[in-house]
Amino acid sequence: MARLASVADLEKLRQEIVAARDPGKTKIAICSGTGCRAYASEEVIAAFRAELDQRSLADKVEIVTTGCHGFCEQGPVLVIYPEEICYLKVKPEDVAEIIDQTLVGGQVIERLLYVGPDGEQKVKESEIPFYHHQQRLVFGSNRFIDPCNIDDYLALDGYRALAKCLTEMTPEEVLAEVDRANLRGRGGGGFPAGRKWAATRNAPGDIKYVIVNADEGDPGAYMDRSLLEGNPHSVLEGLVIGAYAIGAHLGYIYVRQEYPLAVDNLGRALEQMREYGLLGKDILGSGFDFEIEVHRGAGAFVSGESSALMSSIEGKVGEPRPKYIRTSISGVHGRPSNLNNVETWANVPLIINKGADWFTAIGTEGSKGTKIFSLVGKVNNTGLVEVPMGVSLRDIIFKIGGGIRGGKKFKAVQTGGPSGGVIPEEMLDLPVDFDALTQAGSMMGSGGMIVMDEDTCMVDVAKYFLEFLAEESCGKCVPCREGITQMLHLLRLICNGEGQPGDLELLEEIATMTKDCSLCALGQSAPNPVLSSLKYFRREYELHIEEKCCPAHVCKALVTYHIDPNKCRGCGACRRNCPVGAISGEKKQPHVIDLDKCTKCDTCFMVCPPKFSAVTKLSGSEQLPAAAPAGEQEQ
Amino acid sequence: MAEVNLVINGEQVRAQEGMSILEAAREADIFIPTLCHHAEIDAYGACRLCVVELRQGDRSRVVASCLYPVAEGLVVETESEKIKNYRRTILNLLLQRWDNIPRALLDRYGAAPNPRYVENMTFCILCGLCVRYCRDVKGANVLGFIGRGTIRQVVVFPDQAMKYCPTCGNGEMECLHYCPTGVITSDYQGTGPANGQPLPHAYPVCIRDETNILEILERVGHLEY
Ligand SMILES: Cc1cc2nc3c(=O)[nH]c(=O)nc-3n(C[C@H](O)[C@H](O)[C@H](O)COP(=O)(O)O)c2cc1C
Ligand code: SF4
Ligand code: FES
Ligand code: FES
Repeated sequence: MARLASVADLEKLRQEIVAARDPGKTKIAICSGTGCRAYASEEVIAAFRAELDQRSLADKVEIVTTGCHGFCEQGPVLVIYPEEICYLKVKPEDVAEIIDQTLVGGQVIERLLYVGPDGEQKVKESEIPFYHHQQRLVFGSNRFIDPCNIDDYLALDGYRALAKCLTEMTPEEVLAEVDRANLRGRGGGGFPAGRKWAATRNAPGDIKYVIVNADEGDPGAYMDRSLLEGNPHSVLEGLVIGAYAIGAHLGYIYVRQEYPLAVDNLGRALEQMREYGLLGKDILGSGFDFEIEVHRGAGAFVSGESSALMSSIEGKVGEPRPKYIRTSISGVHGRPSNLNNVETWANVPLIINKGADWFTAIGTEGSKGTKIFSLVGKVNNTGLVEVPMGVSLRDIIFKIGGGIRGGKKFKAVQTGGPSGGVIPEEMLDLPVDFDALTQAGSMMGSGGMIVMDEDTCMVDVAKYFLEFLAEESCGKCVPCREGITQMLHLLRLICNGEGQPGDLELLEEIATMTKDCSLCALGQSAPNPVLSSLKYFRREYELHIEEKCCPAHVCKALVTYHIDPNKCRGCGACRRNCPVGAISGEKKQPHVIDLDKCTKCDTCFMVCPPKFSAVTKLSGSEQLPAAAPAGEQEQ
Repeated sequence: MAEVNLVINGEQVRAQEGMSILEAAREADIFIPTLCHHAEIDAYGACRLCVVELRQGDRSRVVASCLYPVAEGLVVETESEKIKNYRRTILNLLLQRWDNIPRALLDRYGAAPNPRYVENMTFCILCGLCVRYCRDVKGANVLGFIGRGTIRQVVVFPDQAMKYCPTCGNGEMECLHYCPTGVITSDYQGTGPANGQPLPHAYPVCIRDETNILEILERVGHLEY
């Protein structure tokens, strides 16, 4: 590879790459992201290579090992081009058949196609509802690119935005374009990137830094990982452009230790950039110098907070610093530092290539462009989804997510990661953007979206998130450390049936103080799970306290197990499986649970055959009628 | 240094640029309670007892006065209803760790132990004054924090202690005088590395000595009444 000395060199190379490729050639894009690897996609890839070799088809069919396509739950995922046939859950054993039937025979293998909840099959990737309703501007290239091959990125116009900036635009013009696009930070706060860049650029000092926040500590969120793994150059190109606009010559990528594949792919991408002269001295002959260092984070959630992250880059403990001075003025080593999230950076080349007007045409008044969400929980289709800002929660959950699993009823969706909030059914038509979510008492956060069904207890949910936050708070300031401790304690009491009148007011008192007085955004947002669930599901809390009732039958202390004598056929499944021998009954006669022995392990509920469904869980006042049959038996 | 004018509780206050609101207020004899602040040590912002309200038109913002720099035209309220409530909640929470918080401070904000809270009477409120004094002023790093979140605690590193403590403050151990709760005693002088006893690498500092509490309280913050 030769160093590219000018933009003309880059364009020439791009033409060569494109010319050497045959668009009509059969291409199989197989996902090799972390999700699909967990389902053995590496073995599928190896099987393809071996089979194609054996049949001397290797030069007729191209295998592209790509990053995540977003539908990881259905992995390993592959797409055959140009027909765009999408196969899901592919196993190494399927490979020979795919080659025979589809590649050679031109037949679609129905067994490997997507089947919707309605039983309908889809052949093409773009017809699958999960993909069909998305708008994959940032994430879409993942499925065409081998992240280890910079040429794939170049073939898709990669680094054209950088070339444009370096030769046709002044740093001020680049900044103005990003500012006009009103690109808001995808990592949490939604702060306008243009304003932050300008603050760093205008801050006094010659040495400035640009930083990628790839710490991604929200449990269940993995959009940043998938972007870095699948399309590292899009993030890197954005970073170099930002550095040029801001006047920085060193960039850091703070990536979590637990992302080995992202770190690998990133390392390789940086090497290739250097070889081509897209990094280092005099990039593309423009006179602009820029270097990037990769910094591996230790994995604490709070290290993703901007000031903690910067302390960590300096080699200090990753604890938030009191910051009434913004990091854009005084960040790493006290120098102006501009931190943006992975996805924020990845949007930059798009904005430069297509222009701010194109970008602002997508989205809502205050939130432009698209956002990638990690859709998980009780929906039929889970995965990474990219939608324009302003799409309703209902569309994401029901059109893309395919509705609630097992025909259950929707109850709430939790957005914004552990310190986000829950949003109830009445608000499903909420257009998803930064401001609407905040107004609803939740937040965009980094784009976590957990769907909950009717079997979810909202007090239990609040408790779950506070448990996470209690461990992840750095423990420095009193409101966060002690506030979370006591809120969690009160929630545990309530779930345990030990709640008392006044507890909810006490929760609110601590929550309001913690929100307003904590040192960093972790503490300031930690009360959200409590406050939002109290706002929309207060009755559920009250039932726990006043009636000792958990309506969702989740809180063990408030639930008892019963066998309905009218439904029980005495099959004995529960009796045989009960680990503590709490169930007795004759064959073909209704069985009974000894509540004194019952440990509420849920086994009987699970094993009772669905055609009988004789085991029920009761809570609160529901338990009263249950006392009667027990009495009758004694008679 | 330039002079700036600000308003605290309706009073015109003059301050030097670079000062914190807390410093400006104390110079003007306006009371703001603190538990993690000491004039000799850099502000740390952990106890949040020093919070005040900044008024900007009809909006307001809560900030830690020990850290927030003064600026021309700031309008500050140190004892608004909201702030008093927050301080009460903070003190109520702290009472679960240290029940000897000065009476006058508790009474001022109507704070009292809450039976609904879980107790964790370590006597250490993690203000970090000892750690910061040892590290930032003495450069000794004998003390440190371990653990995150709710299990954070102050520990002593015996190797460092053996090196520095015996001569610190002529054998008096200066950090003792900075602890607002009186938790730190010279215990590890007697039982620790000083007389050759092996200790784990990080040895929790959690021995209380009530006799020195009052003396120390007077040295820290505006706690005298
Ligand atoms: C506790 C905590 C954890 C955070 N974790 C992350 C993270 O993992 N990734 C991220 O991009 N931002 C994270 N943030 C937000 C950052 O502080 C910062 O706002 C963001 O990286 C700025 O980039 P953006 O403006 O492009 O969003 C976190 C914030 C807090 C308070
Ligand atoms: S709010 Fe929480 S995480 Fe942030 S500094 Fe305070 S204790 Fe640490
Ligand atoms: S990892 Fe393969 S689709 Fe996400
Ligand atoms: S936070 Fe300001 S004195 Fe403790």
